[in-house]
Amino acid sequence: MDGTDLWGTLFDFRDYGALLVLLHNSVIAGAVLGLMGGLVGYFVMSRDLAFAVHGVSELSFAGAAGALLIGVDVVTGSLVGSLLAAVLIGVLGTRARDRNSVIGVLMPFGLGLGILFLALYPGRSGNRFGLLTGQIVAVDNPQLLVLVVVSVLVIATLLVVWRPLLFASVDEEVAAARGVPVRALSLVFMVVLGLATAVAIHVIGALLVLSLLVTPAAAAARIASSPPSSRCSASPSR
Amino acid sequence: MTPVSALEFRSATARVGGRVLWADLDLRVEPGEFVAVLGPNGAGKSSLFRAVLGQLPLAAGTVSVLGQPAGTGSADIGYVPQQKLFDRGTALRARDLVALGRDGQRYGPGRPTAARRQAVLAALEHTGMRRAADTPVGLLSGGEQQRVRIAQALVSSPRLLLADEPLLSLDLQHQRAVSDAIDEHRSSAQAGVVFITHDINPILGMVDRVLYLTASGHVIGRPDEVFRSEVLSRLYGTEVDVLDIRGRIVVVGPPAESAGHHHADSAHGGHA
Repeated sequence: MDGTDLWGTLFDFRDYGALLVLLHNSVIAGAVLGLMGGLVGYFVMSRDLAFAVHGVSELSFAGAAGALLIGVDVVTGSLVGSLLAAVLIGVLGTRARDRNSVIGVLMPFGLGLGILFLALYPGRSGNRFGLLTGQIVAVDNPQLLVLVVVSVLVIATLLVVWRPLLFASVDEEVAAARGVPVRALSLVFMVVLGLATAVAIHVIGALLVLSLLVTPAAAAARIASSPPSSRCSASPSR
Repeated sequence: MTPVSALEFRSATARVGGRVLWADLDLRVEPGEFVAVLGPNGAGKSSLFRAVLGQLPLAAGTVSVLGQPAGTGSADIGYVPQQKLFDRGTALRARDLVALGRDGQRYGPGRPTAARRQAVLAALEHTGMRRAADTPVGLLSGGEQQRVRIAQALVSSPRLLLADEPLLSLDLQHQRAVSDAIDEHRSSAQAGVVFITHDINPILGMVDRVLYLTASGHVIGRPDEVFRSEVLSRLYGTEVDVLDIRGRIVVVGPPAESAGHHHADSAHGGHA
């Protein structure tokens, strides 16, 4: 098999236009997630929370798997799981070292719980696998609506707390001295992170959430140094 | 109208982990007054600031900032923390850090207005860092980061400036430039300045009063009242010599266990 054959087997653009119409929900979901991920990711990087993203996504996965098992809405389940994880990490782990040990305990707990729920789940196995890797081609209208509403909420919250959150993230000591409520903002951001993770899981899966919330901002930080420009380069990354 | 003090401690006592750092501290810093805080490591100099910023509850007494009981920080306070370097990868330019000092406590994303830009650049100019405005802070040297920090503290024109070892890792020329910038702000804005330092010499000409903290007590007074052999000997409870060498003050002989580092620093200050 030569190069062209391999290329032709992997990529086929013949019915691209027709596919685009079929997948227009997926395209919108990807765009919205990309915008939200870029904004959230900038703070994930500057607050050194990459590990926390992973911890939150594992518990979000457990929440979704639990919801699947007991037959309630999966998105609600993952929201409950990730908010719980986010608040726990926010309250217990003020300092980076405490935080990492909290996450280190939460993560295997979440993953184990999630796998247990999936093992007990009698339904179609595709549903299970979807939680880990996401189903970007199968975003239905209600799911898209939740995604858009949550993303708008996340982005609006970030814009409101933008300056004090940035101040508290990069220069905590001086921010506290200037009257910025650093602890409260840290909790607010953890909740924002929990929301972003929970909606992202259904589109790209628990395993890939990291790549959405960390990679673009981390890459942007290599080429841009001012907050607005790294934010702009992070956003259209998906 | 009675003038409101910039900072006032009344019979204040601080205790950390069961150990008393300082007790019965009465200190009133007037607007436009420059107070230097000296003392050996562990005497509670930085804890003084933590008490002002509401991060260390006093065991007894009160502290007020600009006439109000000290809360958890305030936009009227300019703060230069003890030097801690930024990571090389920090996605923040010098001008962004200074801009946060101006309005980082406000909500909303903030619009980049011309007034904001000019205020930030003027503050950087003041400490000689304007040329580095667009450099990521993590790439600046220790001394340069320190000068950006001082620009950050001065840009909001605070009425109380707390500076914790602001001259650390600065060479003599920049020590002078930075202390001049602080002194100029003190007189133009009538701001109270509290300045923690291990070496009084670079700021000797501008200091109104000195607070000298040790494990066994403290003294407050004009530099010529505090830097005397008999005063510091009584404070340390052992023989200490204060020498005046060509206009520079050198403290010789504070007890090694509580002040070893301080001693070395003072001697260094003498011949730097």
